[in-house]
Amino acid sequence: MSIAVRHLTKKFNGFTAVDDVSFNVETGELIAILGPSGSGKSTLLRIIAGLEIPNTGEIHLTGIETTLSSPQERNVGFVFQHYALFKHMTLYENIAFALKVRKVSRSEITERVNELLELVQLKGLEHRYPSQISGGQRQRVAVARALAARPRVLLLDEPFGALDAKVREELRKWILQLHEQTHVTTLFVTHDQHEALEIANKIFVMNKGRIEQEGTPREIFDRPLTPFVAEFVGESNFIEAEVSEPHLVRWGPINFSVNGYPLREKMRIYFRPNDVYVSSAPEQNHVKATIAKTRFKGPLIELTLHIGEGKHVIAHVPKGVSFTSGFTEGSEVYVGITEYHSFSKS
Amino acid sequence: MIGLQYAAGKLPEHDLMVTRSSRLSEPRWVRWIVIGISLLFVVVFLAVPLALVFVKAFEKGTEAYFMAVTTPDALAAIKLTLLTAAIAVPLNVVFGISAAWLIAKFNFPGKNVLTTLIDLPFTVSPVISGMLFVLLFGLQGVFGRWLDEHNVKIIFAVPGIVLSTIFATFPFVARELIPIMQLSGTEEEEAAVVLGASGWKTFFKVTLPNIKWGLMYGIIVCNARAMGEFGAVSVVSGHIRGATNTIPLQAEILYNEYHITAAFSVASLLTFLAVVTLIIKKVAEIKIRRQASTTNSQSFTGTL
Amino acid sequence: MALAKAIENIFPQRRKRRVLPGFGLSLGFTVFYLSLIVLTPVSMLFLKTFDLTWAQFYGSITSARVLASFRLSFGTAFAAASVNIIFGVLLAWTLVRYDFPGKRIVDAFVDLPFALPTAVAGITLTTLYAGNGWFGQYLEIFGIRVDYTPLGITVALIFIGLPFVVRTVQPVLEAMELDVEEAAASLGAHRWYIVSRIIFPTIRPAALTGFALAFARTLGEYGSVVFIAGNMPMKTEISTLLIITRLEQYDYPGATAIAVTMLVASFILLLIINVLQARINRKASSV
Repeated sequence: MSIAVRHLTKKFNGFTAVDDVSFNVETGELIAILGPSGSGKSTLLRIIAGLEIPNTGEIHLTGIETTLSSPQERNVGFVFQHYALFKHMTLYENIAFALKVRKVSRSEITERVNELLELVQLKGLEHRYPSQISGGQRQRVAVARALAARPRVLLLDEPFGALDAKVREELRKWILQLHEQTHVTTLFVTHDQHEALEIANKIFVMNKGRIEQEGTPREIFDRPLTPFVAEFVGESNFIEAEVSEPHLVRWGPINFSVNGYPLREKMRIYFRPNDVYVSSAPEQNHVKATIAKTRFKGPLIELTLHIGEGKHVIAHVPKGVSFTSGFTEGSEVYVGITEYHSFSKS
Repeated sequence: MIGLQYAAGKLPEHDLMVTRSSRLSEPRWVRWIVIGISLLFVVVFLAVPLALVFVKAFEKGTEAYFMAVTTPDALAAIKLTLLTAAIAVPLNVVFGISAAWLIAKFNFPGKNVLTTLIDLPFTVSPVISGMLFVLLFGLQGVFGRWLDEHNVKIIFAVPGIVLSTIFATFPFVARELIPIMQLSGTEEEEAAVVLGASGWKTFFKVTLPNIKWGLMYGIIVCNARAMGEFGAVSVVSGHIRGATNTIPLQAEILYNEYHITAAFSVASLLTFLAVVTLIIKKVAEIKIRRQASTTNSQSFTGTL
Repeated sequence: MALAKAIENIFPQRRKRRVLPGFGLSLGFTVFYLSLIVLTPVSMLFLKTFDLTWAQFYGSITSARVLASFRLSFGTAFAAASVNIIFGVLLAWTLVRYDFPGKRIVDAFVDLPFALPTAVAGITLTTLYAGNGWFGQYLEIFGIRVDYTPLGITVALIFIGLPFVVRTVQPVLEAMELDVEEAAASLGAHRWYIVSRIIFPTIRPAALTGFALAFARTLGEYGSVVFIAGNMPMKTEISTLLIITRLEQYDYPGATAIAVTMLVASFILLLIINVLQARINRKASSV
């Protein structure tokens, strides 16, 4: 099912949670709505589910306007951060709920519930109660429950937020698998960029009620369109300087070329630690630097590089490379920045 | 409740007659009927009787009211009631704190038995409570002969009244404090002990401030129940006018002798105390809630 | 504090030391107080019962008058608790889910029967429902007699028992997370379905506990009932009054027999209450 959202606005007591949001989602896509706390992403999701009514704007599900229809009418599957399982019902009864409501025959219910239990890998546990299973298992039940009545869209509100890191990782992969099997249009809300980058087809980055950028994970990561996106997604170095010569920003010994900005324009330039190329031998366009600090970060080493006159740059170097090149504190290296994004400060 | 704000835009606005809660709530008319029935029930069963006490008490005018509550018998009853409360309440408070500390902060075998025993007067009829003391100390009772020989009067005298009141009201402070102390857990006290505080210091500086509102309410309720105890005291007192009548017993006597207004005048004293008790409970509740919400700074993970 | 130490030794520390101080002292004092105030009198009761032979005991509690009083006491307590469970749940719902002016006052009011002396409740209700009373006069027009009837007793017990249901159900309602209801709505359930299949089952244990508490409390009620009842033997005489009558006649064994029967009934009720409470706690501890 496709989703079309036009000019959605939602205010609570004078606070604007969602500010003129519009976007399209095609059938079968797996979309992440990414943003910090308070960015309005959960509210947006709830509006699509029918749990909130927007002040202005429209929602169309498969071309049909559903802005004011009740959650019951929309047939969307919703998965809550704290599972919201029915504590007094068994897992079987939880999953069967949507079907019972629709007065489906008992044999059909049994068939469908068993199908779903297989899908979420919880076969054999159907007669347990939510209190008797783990957090990860509960969330899988919640997903199965939401999928029972074959909803046209699956909405997940920070579904893994309440779980341990390891379980989160497993469930992330699991959701991806599930999506590949069922092809249900899926939107999930998260503040965890790794989650979004890892599994989504497309990411909507939200901040202060607005969508700052829409794009594939690659686009969001490699080509941030606003300072917020550049800062929020992935790690970044940033520097602030003026356009001192036509199309050029000087920062110590490093030159950044910027096009289309007038002289004296104050600029903010972002570049990622992994776009900082470090070598022990001099190369063209590289500047000299000293390694001020090294830090072990698992699969990579973080180098703090001192580039003269109190200017520092953070670089991420794969562990193997660092070892082979003999990067230690105090050694002299050569640094080049392979990619950067410039924004005007105003 | 979430207020409604209309965006001042050029875009068409939806007629937002619904708030978020009603998205998921009963239809309006159901709500109002339920509220109506509940309120009707409260008015009929609770509000009207309360009003009646005061209306009847002052039926013959304020002067008559003051005369009724200052007769020698009435004054004696008031004195006895105050004396009983003055003994029973502090004892029960000490017990309550002790029991709550024990049950909330420790685990030991037999804890359930203890809790059940503490709840006992709650399920035992007050008449049976009083009767127990008659069985113990009455003329035909276990210690009856011994007491008679030594000319010690417990039944049909003040000591009996005090004892049976203590029995009937001792759970109140404990029952108030146990859940509160269980809720606050043992972490703060453990922290104090680790920092070197002695048992008493820990109690006074750490535990007490946390339970102060619950304790206050427990004391007030225990007091109201002690002063208003009827069944147990009725059995034990002998109804000797001017000597072994508490305020409720005095009200009973006046009522049975058809001095209706006087009966209600006397009764209104304790009714007023009951209303004060309710007010203090509400205040305590609000303070406790405020306290709980400031210590629970759970951060929302972006749910807005 | 040698005594305190001695008590601590009765409960030997296995693996853990008791971190918090005061165990010995508080246990000692608590047990001492309980023994003095509770255990001794109660055990007296059972001792006195053994004054009677089994046959005498049986005969004592199966006399027509006593049986009539049991029927009355149990019957009215049950009826009052039944009314209270319905209106108590309704009231708890209103206080937790709805907003209206004066809500806080109504909430405080619910505790009135708890704080008011039973005798005051007794004379007030009698005056209210007497033939010329504020309510009584209107009820007479419909031919309904409240005072000096079992109906009057039930009314008094409804008053006494109301807070028990409301205060037991309220916290459970307050603790209910809204997202469960939202989940049910997103799965297609309409409001009444949600209320009856999701909300009611959740509050059922609490409601039943409230019922049991109200029933147990009103079973031995005296002060609020003795004025409105009329106290006619075989018709409107409650068991507790019968106990007092026998005491005044110095028939201690007879009074004891009735008391023991009622105590056993209360004890069974307490047990049921505790089981239900454990059930509530078990369900509540899940996520």
